[in-house]
Amino acid sequence: MREWLRWPVLRQLSGSDFLGRGRAARSPSADEPARIENADSVVRSVCPYCAVGCGQRVFVRDGEVTQIEGDPDSPVSRGRLCPKGSASRQLVTSPSRQTKVRYRRPHGTEWEDLDLDTAVDMIADRVLATRDETWEQTDEQGSLLRRAMGIASLGGATLDNEENYLMKKLYTALGAIQVENQARI
Amino acid sequence: MAEAHPVGFQWVMEAKRRGAKVFHVDPRFTRTSAMADQHLALRVGTDIAFLGGLVHYVLERDRYFHDYVVNYTNAPFIVGEQFRDTEDLEGLFSGFDASAGGYKTESWQYEGTEASPSAGRRDQWQKSGQPQEGETSSHGRERASSGPERAGSGGPVYPGSPESDPTLTHPRCVFQVLKRHFARYTPEMVAQVCGISEEAFTEVAEALVTNSGPERTSAFAYSVGWTQHTVGVQYIRTASILQLLLGNIGRPGGGILALRGHASIQGSTDIPTLFNLLPGYIPMPQAHTNEDLQSFAEADGATKGYWGNMRSYLVSLLKAWWGDNATADNDYCFDYLPRLTGDHGTYQTVVDQIEGLVKGYFVIGQNPAVGSSNARQQRLGLANLEWLVVRDFNMIETATFWKDGPEIESGELATEDIGTEVFFLPAAAHTEKEGTFTNTQRMLQWHRKAVEPQGDQRSDLWFYYHLGRRIREKLTGRRPERTAEQRERDRSVLELTWDYPTEGPMAEPSPDAVLREINGTGPDGESLSGYTQLADDGSTRCGCWIYCGVYADGVNQADRRKPGNEQSWVAPEWGWAWPMNRRILYNRASADPDGRPWSERKAYVWWDTEQEQWTGHDVPDFDKKKAPDYEPDPAATGPEAIKGAEPFIMQSDGRGWLYVPAGLVDGPLPAHYEPQESPVSNPVYPNQQRNPARQIFARPENRYQPSGAERGSEVFPYLFTTFRLTEHHTAGGMSRWLSHLSELAPAMFVEVSPELAAERGLRHLDWATLVTARTAIEARVLVTERMQPLRLDGRTLHQIGIPWHWGPNGMTTGDAANELLGVALDPNVHIMETKASTCDIRPGRRPRGVELAPFVAEYRRRAGITELTGTEHADDPSLTGRDERERGNENER
Repeated sequence: MREWLRWPVLRQLSGSDFLGRGRAARSPSADEPARIENADSVVRSVCPYCAVGCGQRVFVRDGEVTQIEGDPDSPVSRGRLCPKGSASRQLVTSPSRQTKVRYRRPHGTEWEDLDLDTAVDMIADRVLATRDETWEQTDEQGSLLRRAMGIASLGGATLDNEENYLMKKLYTALGAIQVENQARI
Repeated sequence: MAEAHPVGFQWVMEAKRRGAKVFHVDPRFTRTSAMADQHLALRVGTDIAFLGGLVHYVLERDRYFHDYVVNYTNAPFIVGEQFRDTEDLEGLFSGFDASAGGYKTESWQYEGTEASPSAGRRDQWQKSGQPQEGETSSHGRERASSGPERAGSGGPVYPGSPESDPTLTHPRCVFQVLKRHFARYTPEMVAQVCGISEEAFTEVAEALVTNSGPERTSAFAYSVGWTQHTVGVQYIRTASILQLLLGNIGRPGGGILALRGHASIQGSTDIPTLFNLLPGYIPMPQAHTNEDLQSFAEADGATKGYWGNMRSYLVSLLKAWWGDNATADNDYCFDYLPRLTGDHGTYQTVVDQIEGLVKGYFVIGQNPAVGSSNARQQRLGLANLEWLVVRDFNMIETATFWKDGPEIESGELATEDIGTEVFFLPAAAHTEKEGTFTNTQRMLQWHRKAVEPQGDQRSDLWFYYHLGRRIREKLTGRRPERTAEQRERDRSVLELTWDYPTEGPMAEPSPDAVLREINGTGPDGESLSGYTQLADDGSTRCGCWIYCGVYADGVNQADRRKPGNEQSWVAPEWGWAWPMNRRILYNRASADPDGRPWSERKAYVWWDTEQEQWTGHDVPDFDKKKAPDYEPDPAATGPEAIKGAEPFIMQSDGRGWLYVPAGLVDGPLPAHYEPQESPVSNPVYPNQQRNPARQIFARPENRYQPSGAERGSEVFPYLFTTFRLTEHHTAGGMSRWLSHLSELAPAMFVEVSPELAAERGLRHLDWATLVTARTAIEARVLVTERMQPLRLDGRTLHQIGIPWHWGPNGMTTGDAANELLGVALDPNVHIMETKASTCDIRPGRRPRGVELAPFVAEYRRRAGITELTGTEHADDPSLTGRDERERGNENER
């Protein structure tokens, strides 16, 4: 019942703003200061969803992202963002985002905690072991192969160019050739 | 486009406001259709017939752009006598080898040339004097797997000069070959294949040709609706033929515009996390053909165009990677590059996981457990790994498959039995790191860091830098205990340049330093300003030659942000586009052979006779000082061999290719084949149902369905296509965990027409179950007139639209569309067919738990599905030698 009374059309019909062009159509939050007004800094960014490459302005206060809006200077997007781009503040501030490394041991039934440093160290050991275990120096005819067929990778289309570059460089040096991303999918 | 790339669509609306006509060709009525002048709801999987019909329309009525076609395309070149078209061979091109399921392509060459498919095979050709089929390995036939992708950036080469007939009348010139090949793609045939009216087709055709020519241009915008087919590359080829005939390439307002779906999916193709490529579309070397740097690069060095400088690009890359260790004496460490033997793409990899060959897997910002075709096959692969690293924001399905995946629910797998060790590492978001994305227009934009990541969240740059650092430390420490063989193997890792500066308490490596390495440096250590500076003597270093210039003058050009309204309409000072900040590729084609704009209205780049150089609104995609009347010395190679009137400078003949003598594995011209699974018999080539050269995996977890007139095809009577919503993104990893987006699109659903709803008893908002040979999924029913039944040959065909964003995790959950799809690939690029398949639909929820598998098995039994179903490569037994007994067996089973 309470919700009903806050219905804008009810306010519109019962109040003085019969055409619904003033107070009746305003929500209380419209009177609060905009999140962008008290930002400490505004950082130029690019939308992380599709490949149109819309310009974003990231508003920051006290070390936290408080709002993300379209960049009107961008000749690509002229300040616009779609529903996904407009929701990207939630993408980066969502409480569902994981902040800790999670580890599942072989045949384990639950996640376990693991220190980040230890995790990277363990992964490095796995890579080296699998590399040695599945190394192919030459084929039967003696042609050079120089590769480790036990290691594969998937992903890159959501990452920065610099990140893709380091991935390809490291994998190639290790002899991992089964490196793929969403461009194939 | 209005749905999946809404902000890009504002430019279509700008064009419409200025009088452009907008046609939307899509099986579904969407927001794009609502804004278009006309919507054509064609049958899924029939675009080659539609576009081929447009090609036919242009050729039959002589509506092509004559001067453009004669001077800028290969229309006058003479094809060799040995070539046979689909017209001659009932749907096959010459050279088909049914036992190998592919073509020998030598009969497709021009007269007077010896075509070579790609750098990947060239030395083999030179040794033997003619092409040879590759070895057969566990990864399938070893063929020029990188050839087609290389061709996408440059085109394969052929030594010698083809015979030419500028009158376009020689019966074997490309122009006449095209005319004959497309003769059967009449408006009547288009109507019969695509399910649209002849009138609607003619309206599009007439609008297109009247809006093309010197004064006007037309553009095609497409997305994965064109690429995710067993004939995906040939879809794009058909559009290319059409746009070249109409003179719509290299000119403002023209083009074939790929609308790509991830922030840097273009960048991850240019700097490829892809198996077949090195940065800048240099192919990965093949084991049996690329024995040394010389054999890899020399054939290109002897040819025309900018790929003639490939040795410079490759040597500069090897110098960027192995620094001072790469010398002329050791072939610049060319032997540190691992070698390919066939297809090592992601679908082959998942098979190798199931077979126990692939043991460790990194999944970085991707979600194959619901995001790849035949999702169950993906999870079976994950469940058979030794170790798995997942880096993402949230607990996506790929990270939790062992705990709560569909196979756990169905009892097919038990958590305790799965031996996969899983590391989940939380990733930093785009606001928490800096670097470049390359957008769908090839434009790099630097995004700055706004805040620090929290807890264990790190950038992927951090992860790979520190992983590499640790691996190198371990190898150095273990050196005494390593065997001589192992020490030799470790050199490529230990000699790698890997000394990026780090900053801050997290020791974040500098993306700026990485971008500088990508850009490249000269002998003085200063940033290079463009790829023409690259040398093949080891004096330059460059991590990706097409990105050379992004750090020109020591300035991060990708970080430029001059407001759009303060510069020209080309906006060259916002970001940086490869190559050389050119915004339209091959833009020399915007001028006539003499260098004058085709029309004042469409002036873009032209020859300035006073300054004696190319100039215009954009950076000319041509040697700035090369005059339009320049004629090369017949012995010239590389860029110098390209004439002043040949705009397509990456092609080895400077021309746009209507006909492809080398570089594709499934035909020199596009032909309409039905999808791997279709309820319709191929009306264009009745003797050839499917693409004979498609790539398939006949495996127990990847059964195919009967197609066309094959027995059992009626068990899966409905066509379906997958699609994206405005409110969600790909497999949901970046959208299903957000309350705003989950509220906007809160449930997995399927779109069906009122007619289909009536036929199957489906009710709006109730549940429906969809079934294929792979599995069954459930979804809410959305009954809508946006889906319209097709009338084809007196028969009614229904199409179903299925969004593919859902999975079991997140705020909004549902079954994944990818459960339904099988894995059948385009043979050129190994991309799967997701946009056209068949299924059954029935009211109610799907069986749960152990009841699901028998339910699907019963469908397979009713359809008579065996391991042979859908696996033949050519339909006519006289052509294939396919055993009749085999067909008998198939029917019995």
